[in-house]
Amino acid sequence: MTIPLLEVTGLNAAYGQAQILFDMNLQVRPNEVVAIMGRNGAGKSTTFKALMGHLKNRSGSVKLRGESIEKLPVYQIARRGLGFVPEDRRIFSDLTVLENLDLGRQPPREGAAEWTVETLLDVFPNLAAMPNRPGSDMSGGEQQMLTIARTLMGNPYLVLLDEPSEGVAPVIVERLAKLILELKAKGLTILLSEQNLSFAAALADRAYVLDRGHIVFEGTMAELSANEAVCRAYLTM
Amino acid sequence: MYDISTLFAQLLNGLSYASTLFLVASGLALIFGVSKIVNFAHGSFYMLGAYVALTITSAMPSTSWGFWGGVLLSALIVGLIGCLIEMTVLRRIYSAPEVFQILVTFGLVLVFQNLIYEFWGPDEVLAPRVPGLKGAASIFGERIPQYSLALIFVGPIFLGLLWWLTHRTRWGRLIRAATQDREMVASLGVNQKTLFTVVFFLGTFLAGLAGALQIPKESANLQMDINIVVEAFVIVVIGGMGSILGAFLAAVLVGVINAFGVLFFPQAVSVLIFIVMVLVLIFRPNGLMGGRIIPQRPGDLSIDQPFRLPSKRMKLATLIVIAVLMLLPMVASSYLEVVMSEVFILAIFAGSLHFLLSVGGIVSFGHAAYFGLGSYAAALVATRLGLPMGVGILAAILSGAAGGLLFGWFCTRLKGVYLAMLTLAFAQILFTLSIQMVSFTGGDNGIVGLSRPAWLNSHTGYYYLSLLAVTVSTWLMRRALYSPFGFAFRAGRDSAPRSAAIGMNVARIQWAAFIVSGAFAGLAGALMAYHRGSVFPNDFGVSTTVDALVMVLVGGVQSISGPLIGAFAYHIVAVELIRNLADYWRLILGLFIIAFVLGMPQGIVGAFMHRFGKGEK
Ligand SMILES: Nc1ncnc2c1ncn2[C@@H]1O[C@H](COP(=O)(O)OP(=O)(O)O)[C@@H](O)[C@H]1O
Ligand SMILES: [Mg+2]
Repeated sequence: MTIPLLEVTGLNAAYGQAQILFDMNLQVRPNEVVAIMGRNGAGKSTTFKALMGHLKNRSGSVKLRGESIEKLPVYQIARRGLGFVPEDRRIFSDLTVLENLDLGRQPPREGAAEWTVETLLDVFPNLAAMPNRPGSDMSGGEQQMLTIARTLMGNPYLVLLDEPSEGVAPVIVERLAKLILELKAKGLTILLSEQNLSFAAALADRAYVLDRGHIVFEGTMAELSANEAVCRAYLTM
Repeated sequence: MYDISTLFAQLLNGLSYASTLFLVASGLALIFGVSKIVNFAHGSFYMLGAYVALTITSAMPSTSWGFWGGVLLSALIVGLIGCLIEMTVLRRIYSAPEVFQILVTFGLVLVFQNLIYEFWGPDEVLAPRVPGLKGAASIFGERIPQYSLALIFVGPIFLGLLWWLTHRTRWGRLIRAATQDREMVASLGVNQKTLFTVVFFLGTFLAGLAGALQIPKESANLQMDINIVVEAFVIVVIGGMGSILGAFLAAVLVGVINAFGVLFFPQAVSVLIFIVMVLVLIFRPNGLMGGRIIPQRPGDLSIDQPFRLPSKRMKLATLIVIAVLMLLPMVASSYLEVVMSEVFILAIFAGSLHFLLSVGGIVSFGHAAYFGLGSYAAALVATRLGLPMGVGILAAILSGAAGGLLFGWFCTRLKGVYLAMLTLAFAQILFTLSIQMVSFTGGDNGIVGLSRPAWLNSHTGYYYLSLLAVTVSTWLMRRALYSPFGFAFRAGRDSAPRSAAIGMNVARIQWAAFIVSGAFAGLAGALMAYHRGSVFPNDFGVSTTVDALVMVLVGGVQSISGPLIGAFAYHIVAVELIRNLADYWRLILGLFIIAFVLGMPQGIVGAFMHRFGKGEK
């Protein structure tokens, strides 16, 4: 068994007085795609914010490649090779595609896939078609691609991908799925969150199901798809 | 009327001033954009730039190179001081509530004023004319100083430079990105601390440069800071918070309005500018060029525990305190009676601010407006109409409420910093009017000679009146908090969208709160007017607002007794002691405010509660 790339133990997180995550444990191994599944409000985005250090009110241990990162500030976590694509996309709408990409740039990292603007534009041909367009003039799907590409410019070991399919047209969702598989083939490790079983089933190796901040199921994607009770209780079909 | 050549000359003067305004406002906009801090001390860096440049240019050889080199060097020094302040003070308050940030930067204003006074003295200083630009050009027969003409180009040049910086360099792109969404910038591995420091350097450099460039035109004086910063705020608000191009357009607009205003409405120039700002905000609530900015969550005044209804024990304690205060005149000196009367009056004022601020979540940074409306209404009724004190007080309450009615209507259309700036702007309009409408308000000399009825003439009599007023006011405001209105109001504060969803009109409730708050502030103003026997423009001034904010802060925002205790502590301990230190009170007060916000943001009552568990509020 390989050592986990990301190992989370006993993660608790709260907004003010309201505790949202309870004692979460999860692992992601190199080159895996792992899905965190759960309905709206289950705590998926909160998990990512807590891992990334945006949510300060948290406890538990988070290890990236065996190194504790839970005490580091956000930018340090990013510099250790954890990439984050937040749910509301958050491209810099004032900046062009190339400028957005440039801001994501970090030095190459030993043992992680290395990206440049050229290689990324190969993978994202629709971005290549609009290098100087400001973010505010892009469609939702294009913005989603741009956020992913921008994060990859940091040559991360692992990307946290928060509900990539949310609010994106069905055609684009399909393209996104293909793209994520392509990234995986290039050696990327991904932890994504998702409500929808079919999208995740096409991509992920393993899944955790989250309900009101508790992990209620963990297993391979095939086991989850076969477990009708869990699917019916906690997921959107 | 004026002929074309005069108008054209005025236009050029306006454009020349616009350059100064743009340098200051663009720095403010940059700092606000990235750090979200409303830097009240920005004008202080401008003032510092002027004084430092006076010293440096006089030490340099009197050639063009000497002058321009000296100006640049002065701006660099100011920028470095800005850096230092960012790293030691501001860095600690990036996630604090806005009011605290504004207070800390106001503390810096006081510190700077005092230090500059120490180093350069109280007198106005004018720099010699600039080598190489000593003459005046003749344009359509009007003579315009060459230096003013040269300044016209400084604005566009720096607009170009800033555009280049923000569009063609990685640092500049980071600044633009962080202006929109600084959390995301951190997620990409950028150390924001460095970014903040760099931006603060740049912003204060620009302010220092503007101040240094101003000295051949205008003598350096100790009022430069507040005057320029209020104008710069207006420009940043008109242009759109954080937008450089917006700041440029607004600076030109304001500069030109200023120049023509002087010709046509010499009495009301600043009012004119504020009116333009209000119009812009009504039609474009984000300013001319204000873009989409992701709000960064921390910053609300969090009141963790809701106010509780008073317990029996608490009621008893209150009664005991009132009883002690009633018996106090038996043993107290008349000096203490006077001081305590002031404490009571200030407590009403602070209480009215507290009502709006911590309870309603509305940052009123121009609360002096209602206080001044009250004091002037009372003074006018008493001296112009010769009516008795009761009528004066009633007029003051109504004036304060009317102010709340009018200003609240505008203010409840806005949020956050814009709201704070608009409240400040209204107070500044009144402040300016009270100085400029000399025949009506007495100008700088204010109005003197308010007299009290014979039975209130003794210090003891006035002591009891003030005690009665503060007791009744606090009780009424407290009642308002526990009424359905109060609950609705607090719901609006805690979650505006949710309250809107359950059918409450948040804006309307906040508007009502403005009126109530204005009425009580007006009452406080009137009581103070009769107490002193006089009123002055400073009743509308920024420092009056800050006094109230500090009292609320010192007492703690989380409890109703906060303002009372804050007024007591601030007025007795801080002000009375500090003012005895004559020349240093601003420095000490400024440092006190900064230290208090950094060290004890929950205030005295909050700290007490924290210490002794879940006591009563
Ligand atoms: N900023 C916040 N402050 C307080 N509560 C929040 C905040 N963001 C999310 N929550 C709450 O946390 C819970 C989990 O939210 P989230 O992690 O966004 O869920 P998901 O991403 O699975 O839809 C929800 O109940 C939500 O209401
Ligand atoms: Mg989510």
